[in-house]
Amino acid sequence: MRQIWIISKRELQSFFDSLTAYIMLVAFLGFSGLFTWLYGSDIFFTKQASLQAFFGVSYWTLFFFIPALTMRQFAEENKTGTIELLLTRPVNDWQVIFGKFLATLLLIAIALAFTLPYYITVASLGNIDHGATIMGYLGLIFISATYISIGLFASSISNNQIVGFLLGLAIGILFHFVFGFLATAAGGFMSEVLYYLSLGAHFESVSRGVIDSKDIIYFLSIIFLSLVGTEAILQKNRI
Amino acid sequence: MDIVVENLTKIYGIQRAVDNISFRVNTGEVLGFLGPNGAGKTTTMKAITTYLVPNQGDVKVGKYSIHEQPEEIKKRIGYLPESNPLYHEMPVIDYLKFVGELQGISSAKIKEKIREMVIVCGLEGEKHKKIGELSKGYRQRVGLAQALIHDPEVLILDEPTSGLDPNQIVEIRELIKKIGRQKTVILSSHILAEVEATCDRIMIINKGKIVADGTPEDLRKQAQGKEILKVTIEDGQLDDIYDKLRKLPSVEMVDILVKNKNVFEVQSKRSESSRRSIFNLCVQNKWILTELSATETKLEDIFRELTHS
Repeated sequence: MRQIWIISKRELQSFFDSLTAYIMLVAFLGFSGLFTWLYGSDIFFTKQASLQAFFGVSYWTLFFFIPALTMRQFAEENKTGTIELLLTRPVNDWQVIFGKFLATLLLIAIALAFTLPYYITVASLGNIDHGATIMGYLGLIFISATYISIGLFASSISNNQIVGFLLGLAIGILFHFVFGFLATAAGGFMSEVLYYLSLGAHFESVSRGVIDSKDIIYFLSIIFLSLVGTEAILQKNRI
Repeated sequence: MDIVVENLTKIYGIQRAVDNISFRVNTGEVLGFLGPNGAGKTTTMKAITTYLVPNQGDVKVGKYSIHEQPEEIKKRIGYLPESNPLYHEMPVIDYLKFVGELQGISSAKIKEKIREMVIVCGLEGEKHKKIGELSKGYRQRVGLAQALIHDPEVLILDEPTSGLDPNQIVEIRELIKKIGRQKTVILSSHILAEVEATCDRIMIINKGKIVADGTPEDLRKQAQGKEILKVTIEDGQLDDIYDKLRKLPSVEMVDILVKNKNVFEVQSKRSESSRRSIFNLCVQNKWILTELSATETKLEDIFRELTHS
């Protein structure tokens, strides 16, 4: 656990040193603020004391931002060879993977923490459903963890950051659109399977405040598979 | 802490990068790995550091095997890879702290350790700079500092002096020698003078196999075997001297090196010396012997001979 934290600290530091963290925070807060308060189906338009609009926007912004955060995490280390120095320290592959995973998740958590004033403001404007809002935040954390693990896997595959970004995005699109789209096209049993695989369906139910073990299992299994895949690639690179 | 390499084999595609090598390095020994590019030096070193998984064979560092207890080995090893990869965006001090923490140095001791490394590796003026801003020589020092910070029992240095200026090279060599007294050190190089200056023992590998192993003197003797003398004689006829030298019982072969100056190369028979008889021959014929020197076989020659394909 200590090793994981040491790696996380360094990764987090490097997000802030390279300005990535600041750009991400500003852009995230800018986008989500704009669409929550000012534009489109914002709070004043829907006239409801709920953060539904915010969750919807965050769902999309994180979809683009997270691959941009994770793209360098393994690709850069593979390219410069620092992965070799890291893995010849008293750490194992899993500690490295979890360290990087945790660092990115913490950065997202910081970004989400900055949106708590939205929550407080909306709560003071009307009768907010606290349960649904907390579930919404929880849902975003789960979604982020899912994107991060996919992003880490994509980053580990090559030593090119751009490949890491595009591949992360491509896998994301698969879960975002393709399965949902196919689900409507296909019929019967296949439709149900594809619908279950679609990320949007699970996020929707969570953001409405309904947390189902089916959704949790879904998120955890994508995270699990992606991280196992990442570990397999780290192993493969040293054979 | 001893290092024992047993039947190590590493295959890349169809190429055997390391082909069934076995050797042992004892505590307090500085072993120099020599070989042309692609001989298998780096691969062997990576296997010892547990980074590469060999196709066959085992490496034991102390009582730990790379297959069974890699974590224990990693705690005890300091490693400087060939390309000296570092996090360029990190300041030197932060990087050393990160490495120290990962190596399990307690937070009470870490500041002192970093200070020590900064002094030992001569990084005083650069310690707050980002690694990416440093020159290659200073980066190499950071590379050494990260390998030494946890006071490892085993040091694996892949081309430790590459990119350094001559003064720095001498400093680093001295440092390695000093460290090598209590630790087990393996370093690779393709500069023979360097290996000769720093190592107690030299191992030459070529095409994944060990082709020579021993102290620098051993290797020289092994390749030498026969005495070779450079002889210059004045006041005599070239042909006359040539004939008489050849007739000496201990002489196997005579070469004329410079005709008009009567310079010869005399090769003696195995384990015989012709120095005394050449001197006596000159005295008998009233020739003046102006040069009689043993030509030392250079390590370069041995290297070239052993690794020539």
